[in-house]
Amino acid sequence: MSENPILRLENVTMQFGGVVAVNNLSLHVNPGEIVALIGPNGAGKTTAFNCITGVYQPTNGIVEFEGKPIVVAHPEGKMKKLYAGENAELYMSRHPIDPTPDKITKLGIARTFQNIRLWKSMTVFDNVLTAKHMLAKQNVFSATLRLARAEDKQMAEETEALLAEQDLLKYRDDLATSLPYGLQRRLEIARALATKPKLLLLDEPAAGMNPQETQELGEFVAQIKEKYGLSILLIEHHMDFVMNFSDRIYAIDFGKLICSGTPDVIANDQRVIDAYLGVSEDE
Amino acid sequence: MIRNNEKRKETILGIFLLLLLLAVMTFIDAKLPSYHIAIKVIKKASVYALVAVSMNLLNGFTGLFSLGQAGFMLLGAYTYAVLSIPVGKRAGVYQYFDGGWIQFSIPEFFSEHLGETFGLNMGIIIALLLGGLVAAFFAYLIGLPVLRLKSDYLAIATLGFAEILRAFFQWKKLGPLTNGSNLLKSYPDFGSATGYIVLIGIFIALIVLLVNSTYGRAFKAIRDDEIAAEAMGINLAKHKRMAFIISSFFAGIGGGMLAMYMGTLQALSFKSTMTYEILLVVVMGGIGSITGSVITSFLYIASMEWLLRGLDSGTFLGINAPGLFKNGFRMAVVSLIIMVVVLFFSKGIMGDREFSVKGLIRLFGGKKAKENAGGDGNV
Repeated sequence: MSENPILRLENVTMQFGGVVAVNNLSLHVNPGEIVALIGPNGAGKTTAFNCITGVYQPTNGIVEFEGKPIVVAHPEGKMKKLYAGENAELYMSRHPIDPTPDKITKLGIARTFQNIRLWKSMTVFDNVLTAKHMLAKQNVFSATLRLARAEDKQMAEETEALLAEQDLLKYRDDLATSLPYGLQRRLEIARALATKPKLLLLDEPAAGMNPQETQELGEFVAQIKEKYGLSILLIEHHMDFVMNFSDRIYAIDFGKLICSGTPDVIANDQRVIDAYLGVSEDE
Repeated sequence: MIRNNEKRKETILGIFLLLLLLAVMTFIDAKLPSYHIAIKVIKKASVYALVAVSMNLLNGFTGLFSLGQAGFMLLGAYTYAVLSIPVGKRAGVYQYFDGGWIQFSIPEFFSEHLGETFGLNMGIIIALLLGGLVAAFFAYLIGLPVLRLKSDYLAIATLGFAEILRAFFQWKKLGPLTNGSNLLKSYPDFGSATGYIVLIGIFIALIVLLVNSTYGRAFKAIRDDEIAAEAMGINLAKHKRMAFIISSFFAGIGGGMLAMYMGTLQALSFKSTMTYEILLVVVMGGIGSITGSVITSFLYIASMEWLLRGLDSGTFLGINAPGLFKNGFRMAVVSLIIMVVVLFFSKGIMGDREFSVKGLIRLFGGKKAKENAGGDGNV
């Protein structure tokens, strides 16, 4: 590991009551990489995402972004007794950092959701434009009195450009929820890109897509990665997608990392096959 | 080019309609005596429109179900009245409290220095704005603990706050400030209904501008999906607080203007029924539609105060039936109308659409009349 990873998880554990959803997970994403997180249903993939994005505060562990800790946690209160994970003593002396999701996004980590979460009452255009709000410098007074016209114009132009790139411009004034499923996924990616992230987290981007669409999506993800200089961490069940488009893969089961490496290594690893590939997927 | 042309057409028509409204208002003011029921309806309805729009900003656009509107109106009303009663009349108003603590009047001060009419009106506007600021300040304080709550819990907490405030303002120890449970009166009024319409038009226009700005979109994002809004970098706590404070600011101004309209002020009249009345206007107009709130407040106040009065007093639409049309029958009819509206327009009269000049052009131009007018809200 010569280069500095853009994202690094160290011993991240998430425990809900007595259930350890993510157990001592360590992983990293290098700049410019597409890294996949795979595992059977309920393995804790989305929980790991939520720990990175500030939706959950992990019970234990550290998340670093661009070399700086953005989330730090150790078991506290009741969890001190209940804690069933490992390495609890490691971070006891560290001061916890528990940011809200918007702070994480402002640092440059954007995400999409497993169950699409577009803003229902808004048009396609407004969905992307609203994601730009975070970057706006105007305050509520200058916004109300339309004093920041230059910024408004710039935001609208950037939004148009993003929509054009995603072939969504012709749906500009349609309600986001009136789009077909595949396009809604694209719109969610466009919305995430509108926050100008450095790291993009995609939660099952190809869910519900046929092989043709999945292939197109994979090419598209590779393309935006190059164009925006992104690093990408994604969760996916489509094995051909994961194998074809990711540089490295982490496989988890019951919250624990069982194997990591290049797609070839993963595809031939007996533990992964046992836990996942051979059993629940026959592609 | 075509787009620009249409825009210009809209702007010209919009300005024309505004001028027409202004002319009609001036005409009404000149022709009708100030005690005429039409003037009263216009004044009260415009005040209700402002408060309903401010409530819509919070409940309809940000998705925060708050029922504290009467409380914030009370704050605005008292601030306005206390700061505006002429010094000479304070001894009479605060007769049980030795003339009260405060011995100056903002409108009086301005009318002495800036001329009788202009100064007085400026003073009134400044006192109203101060009322809004006081309401906004309290909203900030209350928002700190209360905005952590969601949906029904938020509604209960804000409702409780409004009720406590009403009791607090009647407290005898505060008498020198609030006159206890006695009336506050003798504070100045614009006199003309045009003044109400112009001032409230400006405030509502500001809210429309806010709703269509990037902050307004952030509010809507919070309403539609909090988790997605947060994930897209919108600070929930900050934006909810902002919406709460802004809504309360305008509710405070609305309260001040309601006090002005009523002529006398008593904490007792700011009951939770008032909040429900405004909520009714918001829901019937369409949650998330500003023009819906405005239109409905005028319809509601006009029918309650004027058009349906006959149902209580014996004669309605020329039918004289004192046996049927007696006290209370009006409310029965109003309830029936509300039920019909709710049954047939489950999303309110306007839904979440807006009435706009664009839509008007389309309606009369006949083309694409079926398509709904977009959210320009250019009333």
